[in-house]
Amino acid sequence: MQFDSFSAFINMGGYGFYVWLSFGVSTALILALIVSSMMAHTQVIKDIAVRQQREAKLRQVRSKHKENQNSQTNTPNEITQ
Amino acid sequence: MWKWLHPYANPEVSYHFTGKLIPWLSALTALFLSIGITWALAFAPADYQQGDSFRIFYLHVPAASLSMGIYVGMAIAAFTSMVWQFKLADASAAAMAPVGATFTAIALITGAAWGKPMWGTWWIWDARLTSELILLFLYLGVIALHNAFEDKNLAGKAAGILTLVGVINIPIIKYSVEWWNTLHQGSTVSKLGKPSMSIDMLWPFLFCFLGFALLVATIICIRFRSEILARNSIRPWVRALVAEHLLQEKNNAV
Repeated sequence: MQFDSFSAFINMGGYGFYVWLSFGVSTALILALIVSSMMAHTQVIKDIAVRQQREAKLRQVRSKHKENQNSQTNTPNEITQ
Repeated sequence: MWKWLHPYANPEVSYHFTGKLIPWLSALTALFLSIGITWALAFAPADYQQGDSFRIFYLHVPAASLSMGIYVGMAIAAFTSMVWQFKLADASAAAMAPVGATFTAIALITGAAWGKPMWGTWWIWDARLTSELILLFLYLGVIALHNAFEDKNLAGKAAGILTLVGVINIPIIKYSVEWWNTLHQGSTVSKLGKPSMSIDMLWPFLFCFLGFALLVATIICIRFRSEILARNSIRPWVRALVAEHLLQEKNNAV
């Protein structure tokens, strides 16, 4: 241990401000990077899920629309008869 | 001989492989960084000239050399993607850019906070500092290009060209302290030769360096996985994965 007391540790031989500024800013930047990277991952999954649900809904509407059209004109049953 | 590498070119295999790596990498990061930082702050001896301000060294040097190392890695990925049309390389380059930018910013800020008590100024437009600032702008440009196009292939190409042009800056940063007169001191830790550093300062440095390198690897893995998902969103395995995630969320909510 290089320091006799906690206050000497904080003081850093008179360079306390510069040392703690460096370590503080670095910690903040790294934490921000880690948090944003992890949140980005869940966000990507959510975005893909939303897009898939939208596509599924579109497909449903489209197939229903087709069914309606088919029943209005000649139905497949009539053709086979 | 290198055939065992082939399956890792598959996005799905890479995704699951990096997923398995992350817990190990983050555990090792926590181990090395907690030992290294405690050692650097409280147990390493103060410098005979610079006193305790020297402790900034343990942040500044790893951050600065990693900022260059990540750039070289990104350039290799960009080159691979451009020559062999290897899509995963684009994803990894996009994952590396924000990490590199953060470490460049850390190198610049810790450098300023070290320069103020030692040189009497926060900033000076000398070769080393200016070229490192240009590195930050290159990273920001690459990030901007990756996000500028809806088509990720096109974005990767544009960002890759900027990355490869910017490689010229790396040797300029590295040799700036030898080529030009500068306030910045020469390198203390030379990897191959004998380091001009006392052994009880070198050990905590090695722990810090390895810890930060592992941290970089962890974050790049996390970002790489997001990039893979975003680029393969229509693949069946991604659809299955997303469906599973939604199901889990629903179960958690109930």
